Amino acid sequence: MKKILGALGAALLATSAQAEDLKIGLVVTLSGPPAVLGKQIEDGFKLALEKMDGKIGGLDTELIVVDSELKPDVALTRVKGLLEKDEVDFVVGSVFSNVLGAIYKPVTRSETFLISPNAGPSTVAGRNCSPYFFSTSYQNNQNFEALGQHAQEQGIKSVFMMTPNYQAGRDAVEGFKKYFKGEITDEVYTPLGHKDFSPEIAQMSTSDAEALFTFMPGGMGVRFVKQFRESGLADKMKFLSAFTVDEATLPAQKDAALGFFGATSWAPSLDLPQSKEFVAAFEEKYGYIPGGFAMQAYDAAQLIDSAVKAVDGNLSDKDALRKALEAADFQSLRGDFSFNNNHFPIQDFYLLRVAQREDGKYWTEIDSKIFDDYTDSFAAECKM
Amino acid sequence: MTPTLFLIQLLNGVQFGVLLFLIAAGLTLVFGVMGFINLAHGVQYMIGAYLTFMFYQLTGNFFSALLLGLITALILGLALEALVFRHLYDRDHLDQVLATFGIILFVNEAVKVIWGPATLTLPTPEILSASLQLTDNLKYPVYRLALIAVGAAVALGLYLVVVKTRVGMLIRAGASNAEMVSALGVNIRRLFTIVFGFGAMLAGFAGAMAAPIFTIEPGMGDDLLIVAFVVIVIGGIGSIRGAFIAALLIGLIDTLGRSLATDAMKLIFDASAANQIGPSLASMLIYIFMAAVLFFRPQGLFPARGAA
Repeated sequence: MKKILGALGAALLATSAQAEDLKIGLVVTLSGPPAVLGKQIEDGFKLALEKMDGKIGGLDTELIVVDSELKPDVALTRVKGLLEKDEVDFVVGSVFSNVLGAIYKPVTRSETFLISPNAGPSTVAGRNCSPYFFSTSYQNNQNFEALGQHAQEQGIKSVFMMTPNYQAGRDAVEGFKKYFKGEITDEVYTPLGHKDFSPEIAQMSTSDAEALFTFMPGGMGVRFVKQFRESGLADKMKFLSAFTVDEATLPAQKDAALGFFGATSWAPSLDLPQSKEFVAAFEEKYGYIPGGFAMQAYDAAQLIDSAVKAVDGNLSDKDALRKALEAADFQSLRGDFSFNNNHFPIQDFYLLRVAQREDGKYWTEIDSKIFDDYTDSFAAECKM
Repeated sequence: MTPTLFLIQLLNGVQFGVLLFLIAAGLTLVFGVMGFINLAHGVQYMIGAYLTFMFYQLTGNFFSALLLGLITALILGLALEALVFRHLYDRDHLDQVLATFGIILFVNEAVKVIWGPATLTLPTPEILSASLQLTDNLKYPVYRLALIAVGAAVALGLYLVVVKTRVGMLIRAGASNAEMVSALGVNIRRLFTIVFGFGAMLAGFAGAMAAPIFTIEPGMGDDLLIVAFVVIVIGGIGSIRGAFIAALLIGLIDTLGRSLATDAMKLIFDASAANQIGPSLASMLIYIFMAAVLFFRPQGLFPARGAA
């Protein structure tokens, strides 16, 4: 009997020792076509974890991956499970803004730190900013603003705009217009998941616009780029886009996207030692080229690592942990990185061009820098 | 809108309509002849595209891939009929909807497991990869013209089979009164199996033909299925001629609507309001048209003669 009690005691001790360790919940979309993006984030985070020998901030780390299914209600239920049952120390998520919108309040209210590796809606950056929220990506509009700025700088006179008819599509148009002051020949909004773009392409062909601005994420982008290339318009109009030609869609778009432009804060070709090392290790392990999504997830892991180390693994002092996170004392894969008052990054933005590598694969290369240490437009609304 | 743009949009509308017909033809036969609601029709469209993609990777030739894909789609369709659908013919429509919806979920997930969630592309066949210079700026791929020709040929062929042949006569008779046909010594179950297998193959054919234009991804048939139902309801359930004409009408209304709605709204509202209302109105047009047709002709524009 004593022996059994002893064993029980030892087991209890062991579990309490386990409780000292670090638990992270990763909320990403792993269902349907957008699973490609969720997979990039999961792989990027896991690569960082592996590089740290499974110890983020020196603590044994348990990573719990949950699928949001791109349904806000499903994500909410699963995140509540992470908070109440698993009692995670950090939640990392999500890919899409609507999912982030659903999990944002429950996570931050429970005083658990929420790190977004991608989604960055304007509300979270502005009025509803939270001391428990950090972003390692960007505020959504910044990529569109960068493209507008580029078009303005290049003296492009007229632009044809086409985006899907939902909130992010409308935001894209607003973001582009912030710095672009030339003529907008048309604003076309297509249904989400649009299949046949030939009516829109016909409109473009008669618009005489110098450039096209578009935001067609995922499969829509694959279809549109292919149909746009086949129409011959690619030789007449400059193709400016965000989230349309990237490492998630290029394996399907291939040479149809060659020479097309995008804009964001990083490209796998970025000439920095830590970035090159990351891209090589990622390709070696997962067999495909990482996009911005994977980079942002890797940086999220690095951010948590740096903060947990700075507080010597003491996760109960939330104020100290927040200070350590705000310091962003890690080497970001994108180079310069610091947090603004709203916990969104201050970082550079580049114009990216689709190119073919020597091994025949397609990726984006940095064409030129558009913004230096760029802050988002909503930080002033954040009282923090 | 300039006359040139209008003509191009007419061409685009016809081409979209022909593709819709290819999807709707199988659906209208199965629904009209067998009285069976097959929500899995969109999944069979997707299977056709994925199979053709798989065989293209093996053979490197679009046409042999298409042929192999069609044969496999037919076999899969017959297998589904024997395993699942056959047991549902006598049940009510709700049971059929539930069972075929289950198949949608299952196959969409299976496709993701086998081919991954990413969007795949099938190159246009070499021989049809040229394009016509329509205007100074715009080229039109020959493949799209070929699609129109193929769709028209399928429509004519189907019409002749249903109206002029003995099998077609049995199909029509089976649709009006299956018990009587069976009492006359015709194996009605086997007839239904043939119709179903053929419908599945037609859906697969549509998927394979659409793949080089529309790309391939899990769930690709789900939203087209809804439009296909709109087509067969407008055309008259069970009618090939009705499906063809309704598909062309829907193709034209959708295409012209999307390019005209915003401009039309600008005549009434200011630009930003028009940009809000126009796209939403364009997405609704085909459903408004369906409601109007149902109001004035509940049986559809060209009801199959004698169909129940």
